[in-house]
Amino acid sequence: MDQTAPPKRMSLRLPFDFYTLRLFIITLAIFIAFSVLLPGKFLTVLNMKSMAVQLPEFGILAFAIMITMLTGGIDLSIVGTANLSAIVAAMILTGLTGADGTGGVPLAAAIPLSMLGALLVGSICGLFNGFLVSRIGITPILATLGTGAIYTGLSFVLTGGPAITTTQLAFIGNGSLLGVPIPIIIFFVVVIISVVILNRTVFGFNVYMLGTNPKAALFSGINSDRVLLGTYWLAGVIAGLAGIIFLARTNSAKPDFGSSFILLTVLIAILGGVSYTGGFGTVVGLVLAVLSIQFLSTGLNMLMLELFPSSAAIFFRQFAWGGLLLGVMVLNYYTEKRKR
Amino acid sequence: MTNAFLRLTGISKSFAGVQALRDVDLTIERGRVHCLVGENGSGKSTLIKIIAGVYQRDTGEYVIDGKNLARLQPIDAIREGVQVIYQDFSLFPNLTVAENIALNEEVAEGRRWVNWQQVRNVAADALAQIEVNIPLDVTVGEVSVANKQLIAVAKAMRQNARLIIMDEPTTALTEREIRALFSVLRKLQERDGVAFLFVSHKLDEVLSISEKIIVIRNGKTVSEGERDEYDRARLVYDMTGHSITEKSYDFEPDLSQPPLLKVENLNAEPMLNDINFELRAGEIVGVTGLLGSGRTELALALYGMQPIKSGRITIDQKPVDLRSNRDAIAHGIGYVPEDRLSEGLFLEQSIAKNVVVRTIESLRGSLGLTDPAKISGQVSQWVDALRIKTADPALPVNTLSGGNQQRVVLAKWLASNPKVMILNGPTVGVDVGSKEELHNLMKKLAGEGMGLLVISDDIPELLGTCNRILLMRNGTIVEEINTKETNENKISSKLIED
Repeated sequence: MDQTAPPKRMSLRLPFDFYTLRLFIITLAIFIAFSVLLPGKFLTVLNMKSMAVQLPEFGILAFAIMITMLTGGIDLSIVGTANLSAIVAAMILTGLTGADGTGGVPLAAAIPLSMLGALLVGSICGLFNGFLVSRIGITPILATLGTGAIYTGLSFVLTGGPAITTTQLAFIGNGSLLGVPIPIIIFFVVVIISVVILNRTVFGFNVYMLGTNPKAALFSGINSDRVLLGTYWLAGVIAGLAGIIFLARTNSAKPDFGSSFILLTVLIAILGGVSYTGGFGTVVGLVLAVLSIQFLSTGLNMLMLELFPSSAAIFFRQFAWGGLLLGVMVLNYYTEKRKR
Repeated sequence: MTNAFLRLTGISKSFAGVQALRDVDLTIERGRVHCLVGENGSGKSTLIKIIAGVYQRDTGEYVIDGKNLARLQPIDAIREGVQVIYQDFSLFPNLTVAENIALNEEVAEGRRWVNWQQVRNVAADALAQIEVNIPLDVTVGEVSVANKQLIAVAKAMRQNARLIIMDEPTTALTEREIRALFSVLRKLQERDGVAFLFVSHKLDEVLSISEKIIVIRNGKTVSEGERDEYDRARLVYDMTGHSITEKSYDFEPDLSQPPLLKVENLNAEPMLNDINFELRAGEIVGVTGLLGSGRTELALALYGMQPIKSGRITIDQKPVDLRSNRDAIAHGIGYVPEDRLSEGLFLEQSIAKNVVVRTIESLRGSLGLTDPAKISGQVSQWVDALRIKTADPALPVNTLSGGNQQRVVLAKWLASNPKVMILNGPTVGVDVGSKEELHNLMKKLAGEGMGLLVISDDIPELLGTCNRILLMRNGTIVEEINTKETNENKISSKLIED
């Protein structure tokens, strides 16, 4: 195999990769643009706080999508898992303490139990996905499409349809620590844990390698089944955590919450530079993508409300998400082309 | 003078400041077989792409059939009868043989609807013209590599080829298929006056098939002349700039020591039958046989990747049960796969990650987290030890040449310190200079007490590196040959006995 031509350009190594740098600039540009366009509205402490509580809802789920995409798969069941987890947590809470909080078990015990319940449900859902993908060998997109429907269906069975309301987790959803909203703190804890898992553990190393070339992973002795099982388990746990945030933020758990989050999180992952064929993607890129999507959503909402005080805002937000994604992909296409 | 079909003079080409070709001259004569030889990176591919019009030359003259062409697009080259058959053959695996051969014409004629009868007729004609018989209705993905090659030739002839350029035409073919291919090509040469330009690594093949030889090195023509002016030593000298002589591997096994690996009465899927042999520490044992003889299957069975039906495998006198390759790895068996690109490497990942993929478990520090210092220590140790030529181990493996890529595969295994290494086609697609270095490395490893099993169809390679060669046929070992008591011709003739 003669690779004479064309010789590779001398590659100078930069301390950050080009893609992440560009995404950082785009994110910053969006932020500055709205700060200028919406004086006294966008760049305010109030708005920063409000974005900080909104963003973790989908931001945490984006990590579940990212890690599965790194192995070359995807998990479409994360929203189903999150809702099922939220519902089980809500049922534990209301069951143990009564709907008004005056039941038998003290709140200090019921709250951790409900959270544990949510994470346990997430674990089970994730392990089931992992089992289907690694042992049975079903294509991830199909396996998780199916399990997602099952998890949502189970949620309907459990609730009978309507939402379960409980305000006992509101201290998380609306609370803050030293002025910083708790949801964003949880989000950044997830960020740090993800950085450690992906960059500093054998499991994370194997996730990237398996996603790059499953065949070479097999020949190199990587236990692909175990890596995949771990990956989907982790995605399930993250979804369970997101379920707790759902419940804490909205004070209710319902089977059909956040149905647009699947598309949104896939969009975030792609925007963040996660390769949909697997093997590549960084936590930094993902965080920048989450931020830019949140800035864009909030900024456009405000802008639309200012221009047309009607209902066009919702429509326009989705328009902007899609536009951003396509814009970045087109930009990628041209920079790749110029490199050649 | 009169017989020149294509004449290139003073061709230069640079990419982003790197001079790939400088002042290259090349003459292709009508109806003759030419070989273009050179090491990886010498500029062969660039030169071919300039001939085909894929790249535009920076300077120089391009005269074809007496016409001086200033600018040349691929379609102009095709019109002049230049056809290039690349290694992947540019065929559509999901289309049938007939469609692959004939669809070009259908498209060129600007038809809106495909005339299937005509497609079949054209394809049948094309195959008849080169006098081969391949079923028209099977998809190309199902036919053998040799037949793909012939389909590509038929397609080229259908487009009135007067010069057919073939990039490494025999890489994946068996001896018999190679002979069949060349007999077809010779017919076209004699009957239709088609000229050929082969690009090849295999020196013996170059010497046996070509009439004219062109050697390039570092983007310059080193020599150009008739076949008779060359022998093996001159070719090597012209390609590398220095002479290479490989000594065979002398090894006297210490029979008082137990063997490192012992295989007894091994039967394994899909066709291995009653395999018996021993491998001692310090030995390099070759395994050869035609494609389909079971040589790769044997390698995979010993690496735990083929179900074993019966028999015994013993390592260091302990019987081992190989249910997966992780079992084999745990018992100290390493495997350098046949297909380096798809099975051996994570091409888009860094050299560093590829080197430590086997040993990452052991490169952990506090809290069980991987330790970047330990990782880079191991990486630089192996990059240095195996002299992997790279500016930075953080670069992806696909920036390396074939020989250096193979060193990365070796580094990955050596880092985990195996007792037995199975190397399947260790120097496929590696140029002469790197090949010699890899062979020396293999000998050094054996000298340090490792046992090496080398699977290869490159007989000179086995003669130059192994102390014994096992000959396989129909899934079993039919003969064990001491390399000192044989030569290339003897082995080659044994291979094709039935």
